[in-house]
Amino acid sequence: MTEAVTLNVEELSMRFGGIHAVEALSFQVMQGTIFALIGPNGAGKSTVFNCINGVYRPSAGRMIFEDEDITGLGSHRIARLGIARTFQNLALFRNMTVLDNLLLGRNHYLNAGPIRGGFLTRRARKEEHEARLKVEQIIDFLEIESVRKQFVGSLPFGIQRRVELGRALAAEPKLLLLDEPVSGMNAEETEDMVRFILDINEEIGTTILLVEHDMGVVMDISDRVAVINFGVKIAEGTPQEVSVNPVVIEAYLGKGDKDQ
Amino acid sequence: MPSGQFKTSYRDDTKIFQTLWVKMWLALLMACLVVFPFFAGQYLLYLANLVGIAVIGVLGLNILSGFTGQISLGHSAFLALGAYASTLLTLRLGIPFWLSMPLAGLFSALCGLLLALPCLRLRGLYLAIATFAFYFIVEYSIVHWNSLTNGTGGLTVAEPTVLGFPIDSDTKIYFLILSLVVAGLIFAKNLFRTETGRAFIAVRDNDVAAEIIGINVVRYKILAFMICSFYAGVAGSLYAVTLSFIGPEHFTFLMTIEYLAMGLVGGIGTIAGSVLGAVFMTALPEAIRLLRDALSTHYPFLVSRMSDLQSGLYGLVIILFLIFEPTGLFGVWLRVKKYWLAWPYSYR
Repeated sequence: MTEAVTLNVEELSMRFGGIHAVEALSFQVMQGTIFALIGPNGAGKSTVFNCINGVYRPSAGRMIFEDEDITGLGSHRIARLGIARTFQNLALFRNMTVLDNLLLGRNHYLNAGPIRGGFLTRRARKEEHEARLKVEQIIDFLEIESVRKQFVGSLPFGIQRRVELGRALAAEPKLLLLDEPVSGMNAEETEDMVRFILDINEEIGTTILLVEHDMGVVMDISDRVAVINFGVKIAEGTPQEVSVNPVVIEAYLGKGDKDQ
Repeated sequence: MPSGQFKTSYRDDTKIFQTLWVKMWLALLMACLVVFPFFAGQYLLYLANLVGIAVIGVLGLNILSGFTGQISLGHSAFLALGAYASTLLTLRLGIPFWLSMPLAGLFSALCGLLLALPCLRLRGLYLAIATFAFYFIVEYSIVHWNSLTNGTGGLTVAEPTVLGFPIDSDTKIYFLILSLVVAGLIFAKNLFRTETGRAFIAVRDNDVAAEIIGINVVRYKILAFMICSFYAGVAGSLYAVTLSFIGPEHFTFLMTIEYLAMGLVGGIGTIAGSVLGAVFMTALPEAIRLLRDALSTHYPFLVSRMSDLQSGLYGLVIILFLIFEPTGLFGVWLRVKKYWLAWPYSYR
């Protein structure tokens, strides 16, 4: 494994009025690894994600993605650089088919524009055809062939999750941000999703930054884990190191009485 | 979808007309439309021309409001801009119609761009009010810029020519409009089979998600405004030619409402719906007129109340469709199709 840093977050702070959602957070995600960000509810994990892909403009700090400073860039420009994301509560285009959702994930590879698209020139047609081929590979990979023409809004939650993952993959990202990819899923769906995440990491080689509450999943698949509480990083290390760290246990379970 | 239809390539899968049957029905429809002016009377032909113009105008509005989700109450302003631009280009600069019409479309698109820029951060009711204000600005300019537009006096439209060939009868205008309707429909259909159209729908469905997956929402909103106003500009210039006289009274706010009604009745965010809506809403006043004539011998007061009744009726039709048929006539068509495809085992 190379030692290149894919994402370097330096002293990131995000304040909403008087609330310090994230305070001087630093971590590095190495290329090709799965990095998990965990912490109790309200710890600021999703805020970190929103800073990374430009939904929020951080109050302080820098984020470097492959030698490029992405702090304060617009969301669509960050996406074009190769950071894709899935959402905790899904953000799919519900009135479109699975196929169209996935094609939209590749939208920034398509440059037909309205004139060439409207007249459907040879070049626009070729572009669409190539996008379709690529998207079909992803449909195949995620095993959603049977629903490719269905409207996303009518699909079960677990499949919608997969479609959203597919949309992120269609962008061929270098870094994939997954916001609680298995929340609200049953054991079987969780198992499928974890298998997909591992496959993406191992076969495609995508670097993954993960926020997850399911500790079993986090401990099983992560290469490295950072724990945040009240916007401050309290621990970082391998899953084994973190799980026995007394500060982490205290943050999750509260302080015990030593005499008992 | 008929059974036994197996596609072997992705290109087959994205075709507009999927089966031979659809193509045959369409060819039949085209044949009917081509022979129509030779059988129709003067008035029916005039109505057909209005329908064609409405189809182009509604397509534009549907692209902006139906597909991209940006409500516009300024549509008649764009039609007016197109109508005046093409008329003035011909009258003042002697530019022939076949050039002044696309130029009018481009001018209208440019105005659409100018409107889009301050409207980018607005949505819903606020966008509606901003576009409404744009309509009043345009209307005010037309009425008061006497030296250019002759104010309320209006302008007489010069006889249009296409490549030196005069368009001097309603039949010729009909074929001009028909060809532009077909071109406009194909362009729109292609647009929504490719990147731009998908991005438009994404902006409508979830603009935050669209931005995060790499879609430049600002760019596509501006594009939608420009394409919408281009269509409206072309429709406006055709309207001018059909009426052969234009004044500010032809581009009222009620016209915008009519176009919105056509979009709603036909089916928001559908291309076929634009056609259905335009036909339905143009035929509706005629149907009312026939009804009135039939009833006037027994209820003479109806005749005097007719004009009030007509504008009220647009409102009524919109409300009824919103409540009972929110997917519009296109939705009805889909349901009927589904029923017959599953017949005799259709349980719904």
